[in-house]
Amino acid sequence: MNTVTKWPSEREVLLELEGVKKYFPIRGGVLKRVQGNVKAVESVSLKLYKGESLGVVGESGCGKSTLGRTILGLEELTEGKISFNEEEIQDLKRKEKKKFVKEMQMIFQDPYASLNPRQRVGHALDEVFKMHTNMPAQERKDAVVDLLREVGLKAEHYDRYPHEFSGGQRQRIGIARAIALNPQFIICDEAVSALDVSVQAQVLKLLKNLQEKYNLSYLFISHDLGVVRYFCDRVLVMYLGNTVELADVSKIFSHPLHPYTRALLSAIPRPKMNTKRERIRLVGDMPNPANPPSGCVFHTRCPMAQDICKVEKPAFIEQEKDHFAACHFAGEEL
Amino acid sequence: MTTVETVKLKEKKREKYIVTTAKRLFKNKLAILGLIIVVLQIAMAVFAPMITSHDPIKQNLAASELPMFSPEHWLGTDNYGRDVWSRIVFGARISLVVGSIAVALGLVGGIVLGLLAGYYRKLDAIIMRFVDLLFSFPGILLAMLIIAVLGTSLVNVAIAISIWSIPTCARIVRGSVLSIKEKEYIMAMRSMGASDLRIMVRHILPNASAPIIVFATMRMATAILSTASLSYLGLGAQPPTPEWGAMISQGQAFMWSSPHLTIVPGIAIMLTVFAFNVLGDGLRDALDPNMDLQE
Repeated sequence: MNTVTKWPSEREVLLELEGVKKYFPIRGGVLKRVQGNVKAVESVSLKLYKGESLGVVGESGCGKSTLGRTILGLEELTEGKISFNEEEIQDLKRKEKKKFVKEMQMIFQDPYASLNPRQRVGHALDEVFKMHTNMPAQERKDAVVDLLREVGLKAEHYDRYPHEFSGGQRQRIGIARAIALNPQFIICDEAVSALDVSVQAQVLKLLKNLQEKYNLSYLFISHDLGVVRYFCDRVLVMYLGNTVELADVSKIFSHPLHPYTRALLSAIPRPKMNTKRERIRLVGDMPNPANPPSGCVFHTRCPMAQDICKVEKPAFIEQEKDHFAACHFAGEEL
Repeated sequence: MTTVETVKLKEKKREKYIVTTAKRLFKNKLAILGLIIVVLQIAMAVFAPMITSHDPIKQNLAASELPMFSPEHWLGTDNYGRDVWSRIVFGARISLVVGSIAVALGLVGGIVLGLLAGYYRKLDAIIMRFVDLLFSFPGILLAMLIIAVLGTSLVNVAIAISIWSIPTCARIVRGSVLSIKEKEYIMAMRSMGASDLRIMVRHILPNASAPIIVFATMRMATAILSTASLSYLGLGAQPPTPEWGAMISQGQAFMWSSPHLTIVPGIAIMLTVFAFNVLGDGLRDALDPNMDLQE
């Protein structure tokens, strides 16, 4: 597991989100009028520090991938502020945005789908330099070869097509593409979920090494709590587009405050046979994000829900030092 | 790294995409036949002056309406004494050139419209309604209308046929673009800050090339047939141009006395259309993306 040395007060803030919302309009009828919104991301505020890995966990459909895409500007922001290195970036025009594109990159989930099948790997990486630098061709080629070596591939892979690589190798190419422009911040959207466990470990190790070498910050989106526990410094738990809990990885795993986090953790299978452990079962499905429950969005499935939860939405506040949770009864016994 | 061995295993399989496609194409016997006919036809068109002994336009009334397999004229002569073989060979030139120009222009228009419609949602409705408008005219009628406006000539025939090819091509391209633009590698390119033009031309178009190639091949057959039809109706090639459709129309009057004047160019048209069609079919199977996955 990870030890956090000088986190967080001495660290510099790299990325700050304030009330970030992403709604997808539902259109219907003959005139295609907006009839409602799918509230994919609902008021997310958080700070990401330089050099840290922030894990984002939650069920599928909880808005974690949308959050990542919204930060990068791949989805249009509905409301809120995104600051990167203390500069607000949400309203920038395309040209002004170019310098931030260099700083923020993304590694995608499916290594089979995230590379153009008709483009040689070397050309794919070369294109990144072509778009963002004025390097002459030979220099670019050298840079690409260096990149390939950096992620554990070889110079002779330059002329190959993506289908000639294994999943792990392709993900390395995806990583090479992401680090090509020396970014400060990389969003890993389920970056290792599609890989075999043994390959996962190699790729995670590569990500770790790169982080140390370049002081990278990661937003590590994952549904695999085990991987998050190994890889991340802090963890953000999301439910139905809302932030539920945010804390140091050790705190989240040792004493979670929010009942949803507890339920998630109790769902991790453990190898020991005879340990007594209560499994918190959540009944029902996740509510429809187009029509979220009133008050606390989790009250429909929460084992601790009281009357207040149906009416009043709990604020996402610092319950303990550096431990945020959005629950009226945070930390109380079930 | 541990990955080296797996790569070595795959070394054997390394070959260019075009080679694998060609291999698959050559498994299809009908497609090979089509390819052979097309290649022969292109050769015929290119080397036309070398494989004919007579001028296709020069009249020789002393030797008019000679039947097939006459000495000097193995396919006979027409009512003006022109060598039918020479006219067929030079006709291949016209058919192929007019067909290629028509298909090329149609592709350019169709690809541009299809890319824009598929990529930009807001343009989609406008462009596709325009395309529907073009669709609502029967092909030959539209071509005749255009020729009526532009005047009768082979160039105008090519333009007319190309306009008529645009809507189908635009629809095919748009469909591919719609599915490709949702792929993760397009999202990845956007996250790298690539411009829309770059994404469309460098990343979407190459991945949409298979259906476009198939369309172009099949459309070649239709274009050649339409050129012949329009010339037959007197809207395309004007006499004495040795065009296949025009030859049939001129030979019609002599159908009973000299049937070869209609049958020979008819067979030429039929073989060409057949060849391009089976080649297109073969290409469709060879380029099928689902077969790609089995590699």
